[in-house]
Amino acid sequence: MDIIKTENLVYKKTDAMTDKALSYCPGCGHGTAHRIAMEVLEEMGVIQDTIGVAPVGCSVLAYEFMNIDMQQAAHGRAPALATAIKRLWPSKYVFTYQGDGDLAAIGTAETIHACNRGENIVIIFINNGIYGMTGGQMAPTTLPNMKSSTSPYGRDEAMMGHPLKITELIAHLPGVHYVTRQAVHKPTEVRRAKKALRKAFEQSYAKKGLCFVEIVSNCNSGWKMTPNQSNIWMEENMFPYYPLGDIKVDGQLVK
Amino acid sequence: MKGNEAMAEAAIRCGADGYFGYPITPQSEVLEYLMVEKPWERTGMVVLQAESEVASINMIYGGASTGKKVLTSSSSPGISLMQEGISYLAGAELPCLIINVVRGGPGLGDIQPSQSDYFQSVKGGGHGDYHMYVIAPSSVQESSDFVKKAFEVAFKYRIPAMIQSDGAIGQMMEKVELFPQITRRTDTEVIAECGSWATTGKPTTRERNIITSLDLIPEKLENHNHKLQAKYKEMEANEVIFEEIQCDDAEYLLVAYGTSARVCQKTVQLAREKGIKLGLFRLITLWPFPKKRIEELALTKKGFMAVEMSEGQMVEDVMLNVKGKAPVEFFGRSGGIIPNPTEVLNAFEQKFRR
Repeated sequence: MDIIKTENLVYKKTDAMTDKALSYCPGCGHGTAHRIAMEVLEEMGVIQDTIGVAPVGCSVLAYEFMNIDMQQAAHGRAPALATAIKRLWPSKYVFTYQGDGDLAAIGTAETIHACNRGENIVIIFINNGIYGMTGGQMAPTTLPNMKSSTSPYGRDEAMMGHPLKITELIAHLPGVHYVTRQAVHKPTEVRRAKKALRKAFEQSYAKKGLCFVEIVSNCNSGWKMTPNQSNIWMEENMFPYYPLGDIKVDGQLVK
Repeated sequence: MKGNEAMAEAAIRCGADGYFGYPITPQSEVLEYLMVEKPWERTGMVVLQAESEVASINMIYGGASTGKKVLTSSSSPGISLMQEGISYLAGAELPCLIINVVRGGPGLGDIQPSQSDYFQSVKGGGHGDYHMYVIAPSSVQESSDFVKKAFEVAFKYRIPAMIQSDGAIGQMMEKVELFPQITRRTDTEVIAECGSWATTGKPTTRERNIITSLDLIPEKLENHNHKLQAKYKEMEANEVIFEEIQCDDAEYLLVAYGTSARVCQKTVQLAREKGIKLGLFRLITLWPFPKKRIEELALTKKGFMAVEMSEGQMVEDVMLNVKGKAPVEFFGRSGGIIPNPTEVLNAFEQKFRR
């Protein structure tokens, strides 16, 4: 076709993503989060200096889609892997990509201590308030009264504890330089999230400390909703509990 | 110097890139020695005190995945915590060194020397079909030498290696001849050596490297298991190390390793003074196990007695390979107690009714 010429090209899938079909449910935010992270690295021209760490959870196969050198960690341990990689290869960009169960339940110790040591890495935290891969069980970030397969009558806070605001928690640690909460369900939010990721990669690389980007996302399958319903539900229920925006900038908490 | 210190110094000298560990008695001297020695100034080696043994072993996984030479050390309860990580390391075929300075168990047990982690070291410990290279020093000299040896084997076969020491050898002070400093590899050298598989950053000239132990397709995972088993077979053929002490003319053999082998050496001497033709078969690699040699010896010896600081673990492998061709007895002390040479001899005489 005549129209396919370099000068007419306005958008192209980044080479930092493979051509493999995503394993995520249609409507899920993971695909977008993957893409913008990879676009940032490609735009920065640092693909060959990047090592990523995939978690256990829906994004366990992230290395199938991200066209970079990657390691797959045991459940919750990605920040420990990233710590060693960055200490042994200080000239590399190192990041983890983790869900809420991985980062805020089983991996809480590794998350907090990597943050506290101020490792110069980026943590990308996808919070959808549920265990997606294992079929919709209650996560540490599941909202009060929210139903899941292990809280079928809703999360009873007296019995099951409270949703963990781990992002606010780690923001208080001096080793953490930049903390922000973003979303990827609308074009405006995608653009904001991408800017945040770029800032995180640049500032961690500049040895300013750990940079933490939470992305509040949907799980239409786990929440038993259509993709659109889930995005509306996310805006109405998740965002009030997990408000979007910067939490810590340049090492200072945002008031 | 102490056995623990000798291993720490050997790690620096063999050009290790990183140590990640968590304090636990009786091995904390490894981390303490490294922190005093500042290897980051001597060779550029990274040393980090982790928040737990779980974090330590996963730091090892992260570091080993990049082709760097990394090690950790711990003692029994800490090693139990590392088992999941060790299984991942074996599954992903990552070279590394794990030092276990064994103490009494089960549970929190005590802090005295023991050999009751044999099963855990050689039979898995973690989940899945895998082995580690396991080598057991019986002196401070060997504690130092085996650090170098274990790394060589680990990188040759891309397999996690373990030094199984114990609280006695770790804490004991002996003279040791240290090997000269080996220059730590540069990043370029690491990429040249391990770039075909390690995650060192994807250049445009190659496909991406992935380190994972996940294979969701059963047939693929089975093939991977077959590949691991073939490697283990090769190691069983080429990497077995043992020592035969006065075995040639012996009628009976003690089988032991590490601290219990030192005790048994004295027992052999006491027995020979009494005219009993006793020898000592000392295991040096616990895995691969000297299957063939034990089977050969079973044809000419009147009996074997395994001596362990446990309630009887290695003895099962001795029995498996003697294959009923000679009687196999066992004597052990546990809970952190080291048997003395006379009680070993008494046990031997009683069991073989001499």
